[in-house]
Amino acid sequence: MRAVLRLWRHFSPRRGAVRATLISIFLVGLTAACNKDAPQNFLRPEGPIATGQHKLWNITFGIAVVIFFLVEGALVFATIKFRQRTSRDAPKQTHGNNKLEIGWTLAPAVLLALLAIPTVQGVFSLAEAPGKDALNVEVLAKQWWWQYTYEESGVVTANELHIPVGRTVYLALKSEDVIHSFWVPKLAGKQDVVPGRVNKLKIEAEKPGTYKGQCVEYCGLSHANMKLLVIAHEESEFQDWLEAQKEEAPQPSGGLAADGQKLFLEGACAGCHAVGGTAAQATLAPNLTHFASRTTFAGSMYENNEANLVKWLKDPPGRKPGSKMPDLNLSDDEIEALVAYLQSLK
Amino acid sequence: MATEAPPVGRVEGLLNLLVRRPKSTKGILSWFTTVDHKRIGIMYGYTAFGFFILGGLEALLIRVQLARPAAPGQEVLSADLYNQLFTTHGITMIFLVVMPLGAAFFNYLLPLMIGARDVAFPRLNALSYWIFLFGGLFIYTSWIPFMGGAPDGGWFNYAPLTSQFSPGHRIDFYALGLQILGIASIVASVNFIVTIINMRAPGMTLMRMPVFVWMTLVVNFLLLFAMPVIAIALFQMSFDRLFGANFFNAAAGGDPVLWQHLFWVFGHPEVYILILPAMGIVSEVLPTFSRKPLFGYAAVIFSGIAIGFMGWGVWAHHMFAVGLGPAANAAFAISTMFIAVPTGVKIFNWLGTMWKGSLRLNTPMLFAIGFIAMFIIGGLSGVTHAVVPHDTQQTDTYYIVAHFHYVLFGGAIFGLFSGMYYWFPKLFGRIMNDRIGKVHFWMMMIGFNLTFGPFHILGLKGMPRRIYRYDAGYGWDFWNMVSSVGAFVIALSALVFMGNWAYSRRFGKKVSADPWDARTLEWTIPSPPPEYNFLEVPQVHARDDFWHRKYKEDKRGRPVPVPVGGSDEAHAEHSEDGHGIHLPSPSYFPLVAASGIPLMAYGAMFHWWWLMGIGAVIVLGGFYGWILEPATEEAH
Repeated sequence: MRAVLRLWRHFSPRRGAVRATLISIFLVGLTAACNKDAPQNFLRPEGPIATGQHKLWNITFGIAVVIFFLVEGALVFATIKFRQRTSRDAPKQTHGNNKLEIGWTLAPAVLLALLAIPTVQGVFSLAEAPGKDALNVEVLAKQWWWQYTYEESGVVTANELHIPVGRTVYLALKSEDVIHSFWVPKLAGKQDVVPGRVNKLKIEAEKPGTYKGQCVEYCGLSHANMKLLVIAHEESEFQDWLEAQKEEAPQPSGGLAADGQKLFLEGACAGCHAVGGTAAQATLAPNLTHFASRTTFAGSMYENNEANLVKWLKDPPGRKPGSKMPDLNLSDDEIEALVAYLQSLK
Repeated sequence: MATEAPPVGRVEGLLNLLVRRPKSTKGILSWFTTVDHKRIGIMYGYTAFGFFILGGLEALLIRVQLARPAAPGQEVLSADLYNQLFTTHGITMIFLVVMPLGAAFFNYLLPLMIGARDVAFPRLNALSYWIFLFGGLFIYTSWIPFMGGAPDGGWFNYAPLTSQFSPGHRIDFYALGLQILGIASIVASVNFIVTIINMRAPGMTLMRMPVFVWMTLVVNFLLLFAMPVIAIALFQMSFDRLFGANFFNAAAGGDPVLWQHLFWVFGHPEVYILILPAMGIVSEVLPTFSRKPLFGYAAVIFSGIAIGFMGWGVWAHHMFAVGLGPAANAAFAISTMFIAVPTGVKIFNWLGTMWKGSLRLNTPMLFAIGFIAMFIIGGLSGVTHAVVPHDTQQTDTYYIVAHFHYVLFGGAIFGLFSGMYYWFPKLFGRIMNDRIGKVHFWMMMIGFNLTFGPFHILGLKGMPRRIYRYDAGYGWDFWNMVSSVGAFVIALSALVFMGNWAYSRRFGKKVSADPWDARTLEWTIPSPPPEYNFLEVPQVHARDDFWHRKYKEDKRGRPVPVPVGGSDEAHAEHSEDGHGIHLPSPSYFPLVAASGIPLMAYGAMFHWWWLMGIGAVIVLGGFYGWILEPATEEAH
């Protein structure tokens, strides 16, 4: 007891500076942990599925904090209280206590058994298929970008997944190269994408907005650059977006964009990319039909603007390590025309 | 001279003619031929510490890279280099640092603690050291520029990225290198198991063995059963890569998840292989420095055995996001939760040992207490991983990286440092400077928590593992910087340790054979121990035998010194010099046999079958020489 008192006195008002520092470090840490500029902070879920998972965290973390303070407290207390005073200390030679052993075996076991109940419930409820009104999207993960195919409408897009709010989106995850993992922390826990399997994942957003995510299974050189966005709309807006995506790409009426289209179709671009309504129908690389409607490109690594596109076309592997799109040695004029065409693909 | 030579067989005679059997037990060359478990232990220790420095430098580079967000192309290290660094950091720390440091302690202490003169198979012991050394060097030769780079698939090396999408030889270095290290581990595990079962001094029943010996036994059974699993997985990986097999190729009917199952069936017992030696060390240090016997000896041992068994039933908790289905996920969630029970039992018993003791807070004790304090944190975050629905959020983020560094650095490495400070006087007859030791402890404690504490927050804020760069705006900047600063504090503390070691080795205070007033047999013999360890094989009468030779308990259970020293030390001083004791003689052949193995690996990797042939001939030649050479040279 004396030790506790001494500890308390140690941090008492006379040592106000120490205490203030410790408290402020704690508060800074706490606020830094909870600030709003953390778009992948999963302690602030923004959809029912992530919230369900988060409830389990709250239970577990609460228990863990209590145990942490009890056991670490006992350890610190014992270290201070029982430290040697004189070199002739002769402590009683206790060898053990069977009642204590049984107690501290059973107590954690019971506690963990209680924790196992909601865990197992959660595991099975996450695995249930959603209702019939769910939106089905096939996700194809590739080194290092994402392709989305809306199963009901056949719309194909890349990296930015548009979804309606308040509706479960049921993803069918596929990969043809290596293992990836699809993760949008605010909306749901992650699900690996494994070649040879079709894994399912439910996500759902409560409010319209843009949610960040990224690949979280190490998938090679540009793993860090394999990001994605989920953009949630109100249902009617989502339907408008889907209708617009069903359209073929607009035909440029002349000028630089028309030159760009010619280059695109006759050059190397059409060997990998598709643009709806043109002869370009390859599926190796992202479908560019409505490219200009996307806010980012290259696995959501770059903002979709003229300057970034120019830099990208000059040297894709230099802008994204390992990029499957090679450096095509395009001239500045060609790049200008191609960028104009890409930006016309609303 | 040879008038009275003992009868020699014809082959043996030829052999003696070709290679003169090494005799010397002194000088640098004698280290290459030694079969003395103590010298092999020291070599394990120094080699592992050398790799610890390399792995630490890799970690510093990683932290330099991640200290700040970087726009694409603005990073310190390229993606390619970074991916090699985090991979080799993991491989190094697990296979070349923590495992061999454990082996260093097993080697040096095991015979001393059970009252034996050496391990059961001394030359086999030398063989496992040399194979380990060559395996480690083999992996590190991948950094030589024209070799094409170091492994870059992560220590977990998931197929098919590594089997189909990694041209070059980087992954071959991984697969073949770990294969070589696995041989070393299997060889050593057989040796240690036989030693513990067969070589105990009279009276040293199983339930009188020091806890460290018990944990060694559990670890080596885990090694014996776990290493073959990874060996098979690595063979499959090598076959896919070198010979076009399709074990992990989904398009050809294989399954990439097979690799994950095999890897983690090995990989989870491996976690306990890494932590149990440290738990054994702490179970020796705490009683000595609390001046009390270990609380609940039987409970600590049975919980260690329970961990060893349960460790085989939790591997899929590394795979909760793979999509194994709800039944498998639920089953592994439950088994994972319950493996926390025996771990908790150990912690409570350590607390019980300290409770009402008389704690001497010397450096070994500080590291042991630090071990418990950090391990509690790692254990609690481990339980949060078992809650599967939320683990799908945590897994593959820095929250996991935080967890296993708290277990393996705050746990295993702190425990191993405790052991280094504790047994240093036995190795060298001098004691490590306690004041510098305390500086080392506090620097490492602070540096460790600065580095790895923030990983919890970074992970919860969604920072994935294994990313070579990140953008600003995710709320990760501040804590990454804190962590990087912390990494350099750890590096400084390691320098303090090395300085202390070097200083104490030469100028440390000379101490008696038993400077800590300890409890186990190794403290009964002089420091450093003579080559034959025990002049007379001790007769063991109790658990903590040495303590009971020094103290009796009075009516209130308090220790009272036994008036006349029952210790062997006094006894030894009056005795002869152990001249008549036969010990196994030094031998070239373990080194020769081991040196062929990396040649075979290079041969397989580059499809140079002639080199593989040469390597095989060397291995076989080494083994034949070994078989024909008598274990102990007759004393003439």
